[in-house]
Amino acid sequence: MRIKERVGEVVDAFATPLRASHYVELVNPLWSSHRLQARVEDVWDETPDARTLTLRPGRGWRRHRAGQHIRVGVPIDGRRFTRTYSISSSPERRDGCITITVKVLEGGRMSGHLVRDLRPGTHLPIGLPQGDFLVPEAVPVRPLLVTAGSGITPVMSMLRTWALVGNMPDVAHLHYAPTRHDVIFGAELERLAAEHRRYDLHTVLTRSDGGSHFCREQLDALCPDWQEREVWVCGPQGLIEAVEDHHRDAPGARPVHVERFRASLAEIDADARGGTATFLSGGTEVEADADATTPLLRVAEDAGLNPAHGCRMGICHTCDVPLATGSVRDLRTGDLIDEPGRAVQICTAAAAGDCTIDLQETS
Amino acid sequence: MTAPHTTLPLDLDAEEVEAIGRELDAIYDETIASLGTDDERYIKRLIRTQRTLAVGSRVVMEAGALLRARRGRGVRSGPGARVGLGLLGLGAVGLGLAKVLENMEIGHNVMHGQWDWMDDPEISSTTWEWDTTCASDHWKHGHNIVHHTWTNVMGKDRDIGYEILRTSSEQPWNPVYLAQPAYNTLLMLLFEYGVGLHELDPEKLLSGTTEEKATQVELLRGFARKAGRQMAKDYVLWPALAGPRFADVAVANASANLLRNVWAYLIIFCGHFPDGVHLFDCQVVEDETRAGWYLRQLLAAANIEGSGPFHLVSGNLSFQIEHHLFPDMPSNRYAEVSVRVRGLCERYGLPYNTGRFSRQIGTTMRKIWRYALPGGEDSRTDAPAVAEPARAAA
Ligand code: FES
Repeated sequence: MRIKERVGEVVDAFATPLRASHYVELVNPLWSSHRLQARVEDVWDETPDARTLTLRPGRGWRRHRAGQHIRVGVPIDGRRFTRTYSISSSPERRDGCITITVKVLEGGRMSGHLVRDLRPGTHLPIGLPQGDFLVPEAVPVRPLLVTAGSGITPVMSMLRTWALVGNMPDVAHLHYAPTRHDVIFGAELERLAAEHRRYDLHTVLTRSDGGSHFCREQLDALCPDWQEREVWVCGPQGLIEAVEDHHRDAPGARPVHVERFRASLAEIDADARGGTATFLSGGTEVEADADATTPLLRVAEDAGLNPAHGCRMGICHTCDVPLATGSVRDLRTGDLIDEPGRAVQICTAAAAGDCTIDLQETS
Repeated sequence: MTAPHTTLPLDLDAEEVEAIGRELDAIYDETIASLGTDDERYIKRLIRTQRTLAVGSRVVMEAGALLRARRGRGVRSGPGARVGLGLLGLGAVGLGLAKVLENMEIGHNVMHGQWDWMDDPEISSTTWEWDTTCASDHWKHGHNIVHHTWTNVMGKDRDIGYEILRTSSEQPWNPVYLAQPAYNTLLMLLFEYGVGLHELDPEKLLSGTTEEKATQVELLRGFARKAGRQMAKDYVLWPALAGPRFADVAVANASANLLRNVWAYLIIFCGHFPDGVHLFDCQVVEDETRAGWYLRQLLAAANIEGSGPFHLVSGNLSFQIEHHLFPDMPSNRYAEVSVRVRGLCERYGLPYNTGRFSRQIGTTMRKIWRYALPGGEDSRTDAPAVAEPARAAA
């Protein structure tokens, strides 16, 4: 390993101030080692507003675990945006590709672009797989999966893996979607259910058949043995809260694993106040008015800065920067951070009075 | 001797000045708002082309050296050797051009933050390191902050004559300047080292406070680190690949660097030293408004006329006026913006210093020779800032 590194250093010295990888990239972006990229191999429309992208990650990729997500950067009108998407393919997939499935969010620029404009052959910067919404390595005995909308994507990776390795556990699956046309992977889910006796799928259509949202009676009716099952839930905030509330009060309930697509935020007092946020960046200072609820990442971006970020929901820590002075509030917990030098996740922290944030150069 | 301007040498009232400022702001805002995919494609394609040219030229050079190496083993002369020499020359010119593109149209502009709007961490002013012996972080301070803020303000802008040249009768004379035609030539040939050491303040290094000395030493260290790596690449590593023809490749690389140095020097000197640019006294910047700053930039810079390819290899610094008005606007937009800036100048009777390359470099060189001697009343330098006929027509 040492020798390989040494050789790498010498080869890079020929390319200084760049690295050899910057030239390798000219031949094929997937061969570069200084940044990870993926080529869009295929696009497939799952529903009118959800599309699956098949991506071939380049050198430096490491295999994901079912349930994990990646950061994806997409240039729109020349600008790069970064968002996080769950991987919906199984890590057991043979061709070295992964899939992500993107649903258009209302007013979502990035999702709109990914679903409508992206063409095969495009290269996108991606991050390594992250996240701990995982099923144990040993197949769980009796999982209960609760999903809604695009919350199906990480769970799909799990189901596909169990199906691929021929070890489908005794699964109960509740999936919610407004109408039949909105069920992402609808046909595949039904095929899985038909092929695997132990996979028990219940698709609840909330806007037809008089289907309702998650509630106790429904759970009792569709999955009477829920008390014996460990739960994985992924979907909108409302669903997650409903399941968590239910299980908190239910005697003898098993643990709940949660994957969120938005950070869940604590209530902030009505009299909480913001202040002036000062951002130190490359020897200059930028000041901006920050209220008590807008994440400092947004405040900085609105002030024309571009701090490093990834998920924008407090999971990837790409946006961590030290607090220089003043205090900020973690919007998820409501906790006050006022110790200089403490790392602040600016995507989920807002000003609490005046504060100075050190957007040091990330290298 | 003439005095530097203590107020802007313009026949405008405060209201007109502010109106001009608003127009320039509007030009900037409209252009920035229109940035998009085409601009992104421009810079990415340019970077790809530049890197391909750089690596291709080096390969051609090595091939040339190898062909010449074979001559040593008996093939005394003949077409092989001549082709080898040709390839070396071709490689040197190609690499020189690649370095010109990298330093000027790409590096200089990226480090101004012109491409930061893309949010691409690879093409960002915070991370770019360019292919010269000058360390990026030193340059960004000295150039972006000091020079672009205090443009042509005597005592504040270290770029006036690069601190060592007297380029105007407004700078007091000193016998050292007698030698300036000589050291000016040296500066031209070794321009990258001049830029690399530009931030250094020898006085502070020798007799400053402990703290000042420490900063100066840190500057020197940073320069040595960067220059060391650059020189190892061009004068050790790549030549070593050519084995016995080590010297061939080293000389070819030196030629490429020389070509880049001379070109960068010429373009940059044409931007601030030709006839018709103005120097200012510190008083000008007291209570200077944004509009006033714009006008000072306008009076302190000079453009060079030329074709599309000429502007490209000049890093669009041939639009020095536009660059000084809008230093963080992507350079590929300067050409279209220049039409509007020029129109505005004509309407208000403002000078717009532009001319052929020969005129700009000619008057610059004449100054460097002339001001080596004391005095120097130069009527052309002191040309009235307000162009009379245009003013009358406005
Ligand atoms: S952007 Fe991912 S934690 Fe803040």
